[in-house]
Amino acid sequence: MIEIINLKKHFDSRWVTNGVNLTIPSNQMTVIIGGSGAGKSVLLKQIIGLIPSTSGQVIVNGLDITKLNKNELEEIYKKFGYVFQFAALLDSLTTFENVGITLLEQGLSKKEVLPIVKEKLALVNLGQEVLNKYPSELSGGMRKRVGLARTLVKNPDIILYDEPTTGLDPITTRVIHELMFDMQKKLNITSIIISHDVEIFNYADKVALLHDGKIVYHGDAKTVWESDNPYIFQFIRGLSEGPIQPDIQSVSDNQ
Amino acid sequence: MIIAFVDFIGAKAIMACNVIGGFTLFFLQAFATFFSTRLRLRKVFTQMESIGVNSLLISMLTGIFGGAVLTFQSYIGFKRFGGEEFIGPVVALSMTRELAPVLTGLMVTGRAGSAMTAEIGTMRITEQIDALRTLRINIFQYLIVPRMVASTIILPFLTLFTMILGVIGGYFIATIVLELNGEEFISSIRKYVELSDITNGLIKSGFFGLILSWIGSYKGFYAADGAQGVGIATTKSVVISSVMILIANYFLTAILF
Repeated sequence: MIEIINLKKHFDSRWVTNGVNLTIPSNQMTVIIGGSGAGKSVLLKQIIGLIPSTSGQVIVNGLDITKLNKNELEEIYKKFGYVFQFAALLDSLTTFENVGITLLEQGLSKKEVLPIVKEKLALVNLGQEVLNKYPSELSGGMRKRVGLARTLVKNPDIILYDEPTTGLDPITTRVIHELMFDMQKKLNITSIIISHDVEIFNYADKVALLHDGKIVYHGDAKTVWESDNPYIFQFIRGLSEGPIQPDIQSVSDNQ
Repeated sequence: MIIAFVDFIGAKAIMACNVIGGFTLFFLQAFATFFSTRLRLRKVFTQMESIGVNSLLISMLTGIFGGAVLTFQSYIGFKRFGGEEFIGPVVALSMTRELAPVLTGLMVTGRAGSAMTAEIGTMRITEQIDALRTLRINIFQYLIVPRMVASTIILPFLTLFTMILGVIGGYFIATIVLELNGEEFISSIRKYVELSDITNGLIKSGFFGLILSWIGSYKGFYAADGAQGVGIATTKSVVISSVMILIANYFLTAILF
């Protein structure tokens, strides 16, 4: 179980997360949704310690991650896997080297690593034909699957997904959702997923909505459409009327 | 007014301390990693190829034309009092002690130091460095130390090429264009140039290799704000490395010669 208690992060004179309280049950899939710029990715990186928190706690199996130093965090990373928004594959390495990088860096030979890489690629429905391809030769969906396979090599207990379906077409999005669901069930992993996509509720166990740096809704995914919480009601239906104001300021700034 | 001035000076002083502290801590971490972890030799050789072999042509061109120009300029001066016999030693000493190490350092900074910053900076903004961290890979051992070791080793070799081609360029200008005695040119170099002139020049270039890779890696490692941020980091990396090479050159010259 992961317990997030009053977690805050101050960035550029504003609170990106401002008192997040959330309990993430073990061996379940929890989806965190929220508007653009709501701080979902920052929260995910705070959970794993990639971004240091201003205050608050993240308790994983009784250990507060926010209090750990760099070396202690390295130990914690044994349990965690992280799938990045755009996969974050190393451009200069082939798929084989990307997926097997953890083992290759531990000193294992290519011969020893190859069967493990093949096994993990098979788990994400990729064949041997991608082994020698570079990230630039893979499609967006394939890159994300390779990113997931790379994470699976560590046999993590917890996987964090940062918007795993961003930029993908609806069919590939569904494939990725099903893949995450299969991983979840097959490997009994705790999954935390940042997403904009309401279709993922069909696969998730829990849903949390982040707004103004706080969790304003947390409940079962199966009943989310029946909730009368005004925030989740507005957000999942994409209504313009409600307590969530569209972030027009940042849109006009970008223009 | 006075308070605002003091405030301004204080803010600048704090910023300078932060920058110097950041560079120093980065270097110390690389230093500690070098001595406490296994050196990735394959990555060192890959970087030596990227930094050294790919910079060979510009180093050779720098040497040839540096030596040629130096010969011309020396000739104009020495001819006034009939000292043409000293052109050879002046060209050779200038190339070995100063021009070859400094020019090679500056040229490699422009070619390989900037590429180093751009590559590491791109890895930073595309979350590749974060990915390495979550995969429990020592980033300094994987990315930084091989570059610093390779650059420190390969710069003296490039400098040696620049030195040799500088003298050869000077020789051809002296004998073919200025119609001076070739044998006298070579014998006067043998007479006045010592081995320490060459070795000290090579030692200096090793330091320049360390400086350009240290600054190039640091600026890339802390790049932010997307493609524009990487561009700014690359520009700053080249400017700071070039200035640092020139400053270090003074102190190394004072110590070594």
